[in-house]
Amino acid sequence: MTTVARHKTRKSGGEAPAPRQARVESRPPGEPRRIGWLYVLPALLVYGAFLLWPLVRGAQFSLYDWDGLGTATWAGASNYTAIWSDPVLRGAFGHLLVLIVFYAVLPCCIAFLLVAVMSRSKIHGLAFFRTVLFLPQVVAMVAVAVAWRWVYSADGPVNTVLGWVHALGLPDWRRGWLGDFTFALPAVGIVGTWVGIGLAMVLFLAGVQRIPRELYEAARIDGAGAVREFFAVTLPALRRELAVALTLTTIMAIRNFDLIYNATEGGPGDATKVPAYEVYNRTFNTGEVGLGCAVGVTLAVLAFVVTAGIRRLVEGKDA
Amino acid sequence: MNGRTERFFNHAILVVFAVIAVFPMIGVLTQALQFPDLNFSNFADAWREGHFGTYMRNSIIVTLITVVVAAVLSIMAGYALGTMRFRGAGIVFLLFLAGLTIPTEAIVVPLYFDLRSVGLDNSYAGLILPQVAMSVAFGTFWMRAYFRSVPRSLLEAARIDGANGWTTLWRVLVPVGRPAILTMLLLTTMWTWNEFLLPLVIINSDEGLRTAPLGLSFFQGTHKTDYSLLMAGALIIAAPVVTAYVFLQRQFIAGMLSGAIKE
Repeated sequence: MTTVARHKTRKSGGEAPAPRQARVESRPPGEPRRIGWLYVLPALLVYGAFLLWPLVRGAQFSLYDWDGLGTATWAGASNYTAIWSDPVLRGAFGHLLVLIVFYAVLPCCIAFLLVAVMSRSKIHGLAFFRTVLFLPQVVAMVAVAVAWRWVYSADGPVNTVLGWVHALGLPDWRRGWLGDFTFALPAVGIVGTWVGIGLAMVLFLAGVQRIPRELYEAARIDGAGAVREFFAVTLPALRRELAVALTLTTIMAIRNFDLIYNATEGGPGDATKVPAYEVYNRTFNTGEVGLGCAVGVTLAVLAFVVTAGIRRLVEGKDA
Repeated sequence: MNGRTERFFNHAILVVFAVIAVFPMIGVLTQALQFPDLNFSNFADAWREGHFGTYMRNSIIVTLITVVVAAVLSIMAGYALGTMRFRGAGIVFLLFLAGLTIPTEAIVVPLYFDLRSVGLDNSYAGLILPQVAMSVAFGTFWMRAYFRSVPRSLLEAARIDGANGWTTLWRVLVPVGRPAILTMLLLTTMWTWNEFLLPLVIINSDEGLRTAPLGLSFFQGTHKTDYSLLMAGALIIAAPVVTAYVFLQRQFIAGMLSGAIKE
């Protein structure tokens, strides 16, 4: 690991030139190495007991059929195969894919293009814009859900604007957005886009300010147009920021329980059911605890793969 | 384009998206105040009918204890992992790192059944202990990064002055590391205050123990379309974190964006 390696090089670098310095660097007498464990232990115990252990227990539960009250029966991997064979669960994972487009792909693409076309001239009031753009990130999702239920409500602003559009002679597009089988899922998705776009813009704005102007001047001297400049200078320079934004927003899409529970409860029908909601729903509403846990474990694996995968993608290109 | 139009264009984009970002919040405010009448009675009604006094108190208790305990544990663990070498340190760090990606959804069901079997459901402890565990994963990661950045000379100087490891940590490194610690405190405060799924599952029968977001959710269940009342409730529960954010936005943003990067 890099951690250990870096420590070693620093130490040997200190030892080589002056032996006296090496003595100062070395461990003082009477401080055993194992004391580190004493400092780590309290955190490790709480972390192990209330995070790692439940994760193990969740994996264990997922191998049984259990209604939460009676006796559990061994189920093997059937709860995991059910994720594919149960049409509602398969649908829920399909909805997750759609929501990842709305939560991660759309905000990152829109924000990236916007920031890329913005010139490199100094932005006045950058701190103010950052604060405002990032605001949706810090508001409790329950409050966000309440606010957007109003935005989408029968007399809410969306329908008001569509009413004006209708008055101009266009078709009447007004509807109860969150109660509509076709539009409920995209409507929820747009809330995710709204939350994610500010985060992406703040990241990219910070990144773009760090690109040396000379790179753009060099590209222009080489005769690069706007498109070439984008792929040759902006995109490579913001690769790390792009990876961070994609990771954070995708994880947000995966951990989507709060918004779904408070805005639609998975409805209408199964139209906005997502895996995060099904973990709760299967456990507490339909008495399929094993299945709920299997979905939870799958989400944990998914979150880990996304984080590691995007990081690998970025660092791989680095080499 | 010349410089001036370019700059105008930049700001136009930013203004449009800033408006989009605050629009639902402005809507919430105008609804709650019944703009332009400026009617504050909605807040009083929501506060009373939604029992937000009790729920805010619960949130304050849970958040305060969680954040303080998690901070002390994280500082200690981060100190050891950042400045000491001992067998197994690498594996311990990887364990904490893995915790950064574990979603609440993956642990909440087993937590519920296991906490119930030891009588910790419907209790402050049942809310606090799991959230300390979640906060400690990030806290240790964050504090380790800070302690690694501390110049070795500072540690050496403290040792030459006769300070042992424990004193060095609390008398020298913690005071110097106030900015890093402040960021950690803010983030864990926000996450704990806003947490919804865990309280929903753990506080399943004792209404008196509901936290503020949970209270809003149940309030919504009973006032489905009374938006001015609901908006007042939303403002009440969002206000503490948003206020802290407005004053300390730099720390919030830096912390939240750094969580995903392993340096």
